[in-house]
Amino acid sequence: MPLLEVDSLAVDYRTGRGIVHAVNDVSFFLEKGETLGLAGESGSGKSTLGLSIIRLVPYPGVIGKGQIRIDGRDIVALPEHEMQTIRGRKVAYVFQDPMISLNPVKKIGGHFVELIRTHEPNVSKKEAFERGKTVLQNLGIQPERINDYPHQFSGGMRQRIMIGLAIALNPDLVIADEPTTALDVIVQAKILDLLESLRKTYQMALILISHDLSIILERCDKIIVMYAGHMVEYADATELHDRPAHPYTQKLLQSIPNVELSDQKLTAIPGSPPDMLNPPNGCRFWPRCSYAMEICRVKEPSLIGIGPNHLVRCFLYSEEGVQSE
Amino acid sequence: MEETKIKRSILARIVPGFASLVKKGPSGWMVIIGIIIVLAIVIMTGIGPWIAPYDPSASRVGGIRMPPNWQFPLGTNHLGQDVLSRILCGGSIMLQVSALSVLLCFAIGVPLGLFSSYVGGFVDSAFSLVIDAVYAFPGLVIAIAIAAMLGPGVVNMALSIAVVYIPSYFRIVRSQVLSIKELTYVEAARSVGAKWYTILSRYIFPNVIPSIVVVITINFADAILTAAGLTFIGLGVTYDIPDWGWDLTNGWKYLSSRAWWIITFPGLMIILLALGFTLIGEGLSELLNPKLQR
Amino acid sequence: MSEIVRVEHLKKYFPVQKSIFEQLFTRKKKFVRAVDDVTFSIKKGEIFTLAGESGCGKTTTGKLIVRLLKPTSGRIYFKEEDITQLKREKLRLLRRKMQVIFQDPYASLNPRMTIGKAVGHPLEIHGLAKGEEKKRKVLEVFQKVGLTPPQQFMNLFPHQLSGGQRQRVALGRSIILEPEFMVADEPVSMIDVSLRTTIIDLMLGFRKELGLTYLFVTHDLAVAKYISDRIAIMYLGRIVEMGSKESLFKNPLHPYTKALLSAIPVPEPKKKREAIELKGEVPSAINIPPGCRFSSRCPFKKDECTKTEPELVEAEKNHFVACYLS
Repeated sequence: MPLLEVDSLAVDYRTGRGIVHAVNDVSFFLEKGETLGLAGESGSGKSTLGLSIIRLVPYPGVIGKGQIRIDGRDIVALPEHEMQTIRGRKVAYVFQDPMISLNPVKKIGGHFVELIRTHEPNVSKKEAFERGKTVLQNLGIQPERINDYPHQFSGGMRQRIMIGLAIALNPDLVIADEPTTALDVIVQAKILDLLESLRKTYQMALILISHDLSIILERCDKIIVMYAGHMVEYADATELHDRPAHPYTQKLLQSIPNVELSDQKLTAIPGSPPDMLNPPNGCRFWPRCSYAMEICRVKEPSLIGIGPNHLVRCFLYSEEGVQSE
Repeated sequence: MEETKIKRSILARIVPGFASLVKKGPSGWMVIIGIIIVLAIVIMTGIGPWIAPYDPSASRVGGIRMPPNWQFPLGTNHLGQDVLSRILCGGSIMLQVSALSVLLCFAIGVPLGLFSSYVGGFVDSAFSLVIDAVYAFPGLVIAIAIAAMLGPGVVNMALSIAVVYIPSYFRIVRSQVLSIKELTYVEAARSVGAKWYTILSRYIFPNVIPSIVVVITINFADAILTAAGLTFIGLGVTYDIPDWGWDLTNGWKYLSSRAWWIITFPGLMIILLALGFTLIGEGLSELLNPKLQR
Repeated sequence: MSEIVRVEHLKKYFPVQKSIFEQLFTRKKKFVRAVDDVTFSIKKGEIFTLAGESGCGKTTTGKLIVRLLKPTSGRIYFKEEDITQLKREKLRLLRRKMQVIFQDPYASLNPRMTIGKAVGHPLEIHGLAKGEEKKRKVLEVFQKVGLTPPQQFMNLFPHQLSGGQRQRVALGRSIILEPEFMVADEPVSMIDVSLRTTIIDLMLGFRKELGLTYLFVTHDLAVAKYISDRIAIMYLGRIVEMGSKESLFKNPLHPYTKALLSAIPVPEPKKKREAIELKGEVPSAINIPPGCRFSSRCPFKKDECTKTEPELVEAEKNHFVACYLS
């Protein structure tokens, strides 16, 4: 049984100005120890998807339809107190901005103690403290610094502490939301390497959420490309890189500068990501797609398998699309 | 062509403004109710002289200290004047004084705050020190002191009240400017070559306005209450124009003789007017702040 | 080709707020040495990039060149004219020729000005056009930056536009004066990936059309490689390596450059890269250690590195590096 199964998930935000369908019909599964990358831009729904797996979607977000099964157990309708035993323990979340995610008036030791004792109340404060120090050591931070306050650390170290808090209880799944966006490239590489080594040591599954397709391609086994709330392509990393099927994926790959190539010709994607309050009818990408057909403007394509473990949501590959041309 | 465009844009902003206010929930309603109260009182005061059943200054139109009855719905005061007529016409001094004081405050406090915080450095520190000193004094005490020095009259009352509230404007404007000054679009304006007065007037000031609006309305409410207070202790207008504050002073003496109506109705009107402004201010501050947060 | 901008021994030190005790008991002044003796020149028509991580001083250098900040010492030359001390009217005239694009499209536009007014404002400030003429020029610029149909955008406010559109507006505002030199401070880092190429293409287009010269400031070396002619890598306020794009990427000489290049993610799955490990963290710019400022983290540190600061020397043709190892 896979560790995580998401089945036709839909998440909406019921705002005063209308309903935003942030996540629509997303399905995938993740085995123990695998890495999944969620790639997409602003408004794509990738962060919402990540938050919904740990049931932390902020108000006015609501999980509309679908199931999220962790070890076979559906957590969508789980009562809050039971969900709290899962959060931190089985599934951990690393938030985006390390500058604001740590309690500024609590020492680092305090963060660890609070975390460990919430889930394992029998552990003494001393023991929790010691465990915290061990984690810091594994992160490459001097264990004595457990008595420091967050502001005494740099951004890179704070992010490492966040990761440390996430793995302290040895969860099965870690969701990292843009873990390196606020960081410089050298620190970024260190953090991603750290995540990778911890993952291997503890056999954790990792969901990496990022708008930076380069990191996702480099570090993930499987990739989901999100656009305007829809899963538009899902494939193994190599497959996605060698045979990108969806026009958005193709264009995206051609618009990223690759530092190892010279004389690249980058192509631009015309238009801009849609207003999620009023997304286009039919396939949400059609206004920017150079292959857009009549059917794309009226009907939403469904996910189609085009290879082993390769799904794409596009009429170019479905019979309907081919027929209508 | 340009003129009609301007007129249309102001109206367009007021009328749809109302509709969107209703949508905004309780704070929107607060603003609307406040505006209705204030407008009603202003209009009432304006047309008061025409709709009042009796001449509010004429004494002995009825008996002395008559309780409310059919002929005099709100009773008569110690001079035999009709309380209802005095209520209808008595708001004008209050409104004039508060409007004038708000105008003065705004005209002095805002430019001072803009200038001081934009220039910064020693100038800013110096001004802040003086303003903070004034701010530290209890408002009514200063108002009394100045009113006592200047003597009675609408303008003098307005002046003494204005001095009390200038610091509020100064401080709010200053804190806003200090943060806006560092924002990128101000830097962009500098990089394009804008002169300092252009930056202040077109880049900084328009972004400071939302916070001032709230201060203005609260200022009005405070000014009304302070004006009433000044009149109550005898430092307000003394000539025989119908005035709620004046009625308060006089009505107070007669409370003990059970003539409650003489003081109650003017008091209620003052509270109502202050309430109107406060509602607008509170509602606006709730509307403007969460929006800024989001 | 002639030089359009030159800086010599440019320094910018920011005073540090001292605690109460320090204020009372010490006379020592502490400074953040944001830019610490930087010298380079930019040729007309080229795209010169200042690259480095946050805190290295690249943004500050950019702002110093356009005189948004006053240098602590050093000289800045624009077309052979010393502009370090220019004031008022002369400075304002200079502003017509040097422009800036900022990083944050959300913060660089006045939220209370329509974008039509915002883009036309520079013309007004310099008295170049008014009324109908001004409107015409604004519409023309809108067309150029891809905000079409232009008429529709005139009366919109910034909050009604997306990030990519806002950045186009900012670009439009900076080219309406037809400047000769532009400082682009991370112009695409806060924009969605799918829109970055569009903005970059626009900027490249203006180089051709207006003969613009760019100083490009970025931490993203992949983008730097795509658009630059010459690159200078900065570390802790100083330039550690400088050269043409080709020579820098093919043959990085400074250990910091090598470490940076090895850390850049490459959009290829499971690429095994040998990332050069750097010890520790970037030291504070207040207490810079003696000798080479990179020595504390350098895997190839030698004795002489901690004694005196290495100078920028020409190691290959037009390829400069500040390191004792080459």
